[in-house]
Amino acid sequence: MQHLIDICDLSVAEIDRLIEKSNDIIKHRENYSEKCKGKKLAALFFEPSTRTRLSFEAAMLELGGSVIGFSEANSSSAAKGESVSDTIRTVGCYADIIAMRHPKEGAPLVASMKSSVPIINAGDGGHNHPTQTLADLLTIKREKGRLNDLTVGFCGDLKFGRTVHSLITALSRQNNIRLILISPQELKIPEYMKQEVIERFGMPYEETDSLEKAIPNLDVLYMTRVQRERFFKEADYIRLKDSYILNLSKLAHAKADLSILHPLPRVNEISVEVDDDPRACYFKQVLNGKYIRMALILKLLGVE
Amino acid sequence: MNIDSIKNGIVIDHIKAGKSMELYHYLNLENLNCSVAIIKNVVSKKMGRKDIIKIDEDIHLNLDVLGYVDPDTTVNIIKDGVRIEKRHPELPMQLVNVIKCKNPRCITTTEQEIAQIFKLTDRKNRVYRCIYCESKAKTSKE
Repeated sequence: MQHLIDICDLSVAEIDRLIEKSNDIIKHRENYSEKCKGKKLAALFFEPSTRTRLSFEAAMLELGGSVIGFSEANSSSAAKGESVSDTIRTVGCYADIIAMRHPKEGAPLVASMKSSVPIINAGDGGHNHPTQTLADLLTIKREKGRLNDLTVGFCGDLKFGRTVHSLITALSRQNNIRLILISPQELKIPEYMKQEVIERFGMPYEETDSLEKAIPNLDVLYMTRVQRERFFKEADYIRLKDSYILNLSKLAHAKADLSILHPLPRVNEISVEVDDDPRACYFKQVLNGKYIRMALILKLLGVE
Repeated sequence: MNIDSIKNGIVIDHIKAGKSMELYHYLNLENLNCSVAIIKNVVSKKMGRKDIIKIDEDIHLNLDVLGYVDPDTTVNIIKDGVRIEKRHPELPMQLVNVIKCKNPRCITTTEQEIAQIFKLTDRKNRVYRCIYCESKAKTSKE
């Protein structure tokens, strides 16, 4: 039985196969509408989420399966003090697969140690969010036609942004990826990410605090939100939240085939005027997220 | 200063000077009923100064703890007053229930009876990370 807790739980070849499967689902959706008939996904969301929970639920429903679960800890036994281990052992009696979001880092790993059914990490605090990374990779592959030989810019909160860390880790296994890390001093990428991933795998990178300077060189621009919930002090959040805003005047200096990604939700870091630019890919990314979650559910359930 | 020699027990030698109390706590030696001697700042040809711990009983010693706190120590097993074995702890690949994760966001802070497990992720810099949240282990001095 396989779980997905960290993006590195999947080999590069497995990710390639998930991307192929997603592309096939996009082309032949009718072939997949009953693949999971009779199967149940438990969506256990111990903290609120709109996109990820609905994406998992839509993915399972489009595969012909059904969905059970809860969307906040208050409506689960966690509110009574039940441990993650006990919740998982219980839910495993009802469901064939579990997608789980939890505010505590490492909770899905604990779940996978006790579970009788596959566990998918749907986000654990500021730690991992591997299915977002799969959505990002599918989007890059579909937009650029490749996952190698790219200059990828990451902009905004590179310190707390779990999606940034996961995507950089996934890209570190591809060939010839150049990184441009664009952030204010306070939100720079952590040293351990530099030492244990970027430098360890020999990825060329530069750090800058200027989105304007970096933008002409980029093939992919990954924008991020400065997340209120990751700050201990509200004042720090307010000071930094508007640091980097992408608008049409900055975009005028970018390549014609740039792909702009964002894990969403956005606050104001991408102006609404950018939404109609053909380079904006972030709503396609949402859709791709559903397709690759469908491919992942099939894989973990062992359905061909 | 005279410390009685051991008949049956363990001598942990070549402890980095000043580290013996840390080792004493990590090895839970305070729970033993036998005599335990901590000798600090002993003159050493090899190390300048060193600490030594003598335990007057042949207990099960967690070598992983020694490897983590001070991998340069030597463990001498004494039987009938004679050293019968000499062991050199290695940097362990994994630490189970030796140190606790100090990240307040880690699941180990709320989940009961969960094993505290750390993995060696950087041998050169002796970096251990919590397997759950990947936070770096902090030494007792940090």
